[in-house]
Amino acid sequence: MLRFRHLKVLMGGCILVGLVICGLTAPLLAPFDPQEQRLEARLQAPSWVGGSATSNWLGTDNLGRDILSRIIYGSRISLLVGATTVILAGIVGCLLGALAGYFGAGTDEVIGKVTEIFLAFPFLLLAIALMAFLGQGVINIIIALMMSRWVQYCRVVRGEVLSLKQRDFVTAAKALGGKDFYVLLRHVLPNTLASVTVVATFAMAIVIISEASLSFLGLGVPAHIPTWGSMLSEGRSYMNRAPWLTIFPGLAIFITVFGINLLGDGLRDIFDPKLRRQ
Amino acid sequence: MTKILRRIIGAVPVLLGISFLVFLLMHLAPGDPVTLLLGDDATPADVARVRSEWGLDQPLLVQYWQFISRALVGDFGRSIKFGEPVIKLVFERLPATIELATTSLLVAILISIPIGVYSAMKRDTLIDHAGTGLALIGVSLPNFWLGIMLIYFLGGQWNLLPVAGRIEYGIDIKPITKLYLVDSVLTGNLAGFWSTIKHLLMPAITLGTALAAIVTRITRSSVLEVMRQEYVMTARAKGLSERVVIWRHILRNALITVITILGLQLGALLNGSVITETVFSYPGIGDLLIQSISVRDYRLTQVLILFFGAIYFIVNMLVDILYTLVDPRIKL
Repeated sequence: MLRFRHLKVLMGGCILVGLVICGLTAPLLAPFDPQEQRLEARLQAPSWVGGSATSNWLGTDNLGRDILSRIIYGSRISLLVGATTVILAGIVGCLLGALAGYFGAGTDEVIGKVTEIFLAFPFLLLAIALMAFLGQGVINIIIALMMSRWVQYCRVVRGEVLSLKQRDFVTAAKALGGKDFYVLLRHVLPNTLASVTVVATFAMAIVIISEASLSFLGLGVPAHIPTWGSMLSEGRSYMNRAPWLTIFPGLAIFITVFGINLLGDGLRDIFDPKLRRQ
Repeated sequence: MTKILRRIIGAVPVLLGISFLVFLLMHLAPGDPVTLLLGDDATPADVARVRSEWGLDQPLLVQYWQFISRALVGDFGRSIKFGEPVIKLVFERLPATIELATTSLLVAILISIPIGVYSAMKRDTLIDHAGTGLALIGVSLPNFWLGIMLIYFLGGQWNLLPVAGRIEYGIDIKPITKLYLVDSVLTGNLAGFWSTIKHLLMPAITLGTALAAIVTRITRSSVLEVMRQEYVMTARAKGLSERVVIWRHILRNALITVITILGLQLGALLNGSVITETVFSYPGIGDLLIQSISVRDYRLTQVLILFFGAIYFIVNMLVDILYTLVDPRIKL
């Protein structure tokens, strides 16, 4: 029987796959060039709204650019920033967490203190701070979000490794002459994969919302690249005349983040036997 | 007690680390901060003057030492944009943010605790799924979008609430605590109180929604956890009415966890306050931060970030310590 948690994974997975397809095939899917300005067709309502004179499904913005095409292209930035940040933060966080948990003592102490410093900043604020000083740019946004996100992985992996290193298979691997790093990378770390997947899924949702927030604040990617956050920010000034400028990019962020959270929720339910018993 | 003391002493290196990180941020900025600040047409003499005024001609560690020793006596320098001492600006804006954060917390509690408790009581029913679904929607809603939508519908289309600011133009509240709600009550200023409430409502809903979503889930799981305890079974076996079991035995115990988590969620509120205050042009420290970034007032930005970090860290530590005092089963 298909359980509720499986349904969540399925629905969330479909939304995420949809986003990936959207991003990868943007030039094929988008009906117009996202940068093409048609000033004679500016601020046109969506084509399905009564009285609209255009063929633009989701209307046009203040420069006559097609909203739907910009949303489709905008998914690329969300996806790129989301995936890259999650992977990079994952690598840094998992490695440091594994070292802290496995070697304990001084290593744990030092990594613990560094983690505490990073945790002392509310996540988005740290990213805002870094962007304020680094300046706009895709790479900068990835660095800023990565710096503020690796800590979550580090804490989870450290906890897992602390308990895993006591297990018999680790003792056996060591008894067979396995070097510390070999045992850690080959035997211990792969066993943290389930938890790391859950952390990564939720992190992806948070990173996508954060990228949109930074772009909304004008601290994200340069203005000429279409992103959902900057579309929202630009659309604000035309809120009363053309609400579709803000409604649709916001919906795109919401559906994406909702889907990924749904996936994360379902994965956690599946991986966490304690929850399953509840 | 010694454990608490040790915890406080242990916080010192972390606070120093925070300040060092914030100090380093200034040096991350591409180009020379002084040239950026003064513009390209500044004369070399001006640049040299500001540089030595800020101590930027000193070695990095000396600069850090100066930064820390000044910070310890509350001297954070002047804001370039506003021309006033940075610390004065921060304390002028702080009450607005405290008022917004507290109201949002209240909104979050009022929404989340009933839904969380009811969800747990009706576990695995349609109501439960609807409750958890709502919570999932709440965490997934970008708060800037929610704020804009509220402004559009409640402020623009239906004209129910004011869309920006902290109080109506022309209404004055005699400042005592600078918290408008408190001051208007203390001075019996009904018009001021009503205007403040109206201005707070939309930002508080915007800021409180994500928190409400998190707290709903925690309340639900906490109630479920308590429901499985033996003392609940004992209470039922004694023949107590279901109402007494729920109110006295389940809720009381479940809510201890929830209240602690609420304290620890301050970070989420600080995060959100930056965006919410920007959307609603609400004059708090979040709005000040974004303003300082947009005009490249690096000094102000640096101090605000340090301030956010230190507050967040200290409050989290205090919540931790309080928790151990309230519940002796928890060890630091």
